[in-house]
Amino acid sequence: MSDQIIRKGTNSLELPDFPNPAFHRPPPLAEATVALVTSAGLQREGDKIWSGGDESFRVFASDERDLTFSQMSNNFDRSGIAADFNVAYPIDRLEELAAEGTIGAVAPRHLSFMGALQTVSTIISDTGIAAAKQLRDDGVDIVVLTPV
Amino acid sequence: MEAAGLSTVILALVRDTAERLKPPRALCVPFPLGRPLGKPGDAAFQRSVLKAALRLTTAEEGPVLEDFPEEISDAAGEPLACPLPPRSRDDLPAAVDEALGLRAAYDRNLAAAGRTLVGRAYDADAIAEPIEGFLTIAEGGSWKELGLKGHPLQWSRDITSYYEEAAAALAGHVPEARAAESWFYQKTVTGKLLLDARATLKEAGEPYWFYLVPFTQDMELGRPG
Repeated sequence: MSDQIIRKGTNSLELPDFPNPAFHRPPPLAEATVALVTSAGLQREGDKIWSGGDESFRVFASDERDLTFSQMSNNFDRSGIAADFNVAYPIDRLEELAAEGTIGAVAPRHLSFMGALQTVSTIISDTGIAAAKQLRDDGVDIVVLTPV
Repeated sequence: MEAAGLSTVILALVRDTAERLKPPRALCVPFPLGRPLGKPGDAAFQRSVLKAALRLTTAEEGPVLEDFPEEISDAAGEPLACPLPPRSRDDLPAAVDEALGLRAAYDRNLAAAGRTLVGRAYDADAIAEPIEGFLTIAEGGSWKELGLKGHPLQWSRDITSYYEEAAAALAGHVPEARAAESWFYQKTVTGKLLLDARATLKEAGEPYWFYLVPFTQDMELGRPG
């Protein structure tokens, strides 16, 4: 019920306009390297907490599990993530799909931004581009985006 | 990202936004906000969601927007049923006494889950301090003179995480989405304290009042004008 109210509220949100968006076809899934990018505001234990309006991103090696999150917004459920990070950052599931051959490989590094931003101009002009470059440099073909 | 040679697929929790933004590939997941893979602790279900998303990358052109067939709603309307500790120390404010009484449950959850979201400004050992800060705020006092760490918004996140994690241990299972949140605000002394503090902050014109509590827990106070 709460989520329905919030979803209705997003109907009036102004969204950035992306005219003529690019569409890149990846190699077959079984050969593709896959990375995760979440907006959950992930961080390592003891790292600086995310603060409101931060449009940067943080980088996590695929074997890192000592993670917490400090997304500022409280208008979404947190108890699921607290119990199981895979519900927002499905790194274990991705490894399982690689082990069974559904995907080619898990990327060496994954990213987190922090959502609930009022503006995304820095992401569009700067940090988003840097994130894409880093993922390409890591040999990534497919990015699964998991906003919360 | 697509222009840089990457292929993206998004798990979209808000269908309306995906329809308007038209990302190259979107799997609309009608799940609770905060749970884009749907079910915590259910690896098979999470894999099915991830596979459904990855299958969209075989499309020859886009944008592609598909719906995941299974819907999961949040349970904000059904506060978690879990017991609260009885009063044990009359010399402490009720909210602090309650929080300390939940410590064993919090520790059990920490041992089981292996992590905690508490610790933005205060960890579990010091959880009484931000609660005392909110007692001051609710009474109209100035928290800035208390010498506490961080900001009330951080305190509120630490306190709610502490309670929600204790509640998971008391309930013996991962709560449905927002069920622990509703339990905290509707059933606990400290939850009521945060709602009172929010009302006082609004009255005082503090601009952050709106962000203290999930706004769906306190619709009567409205939104910032």
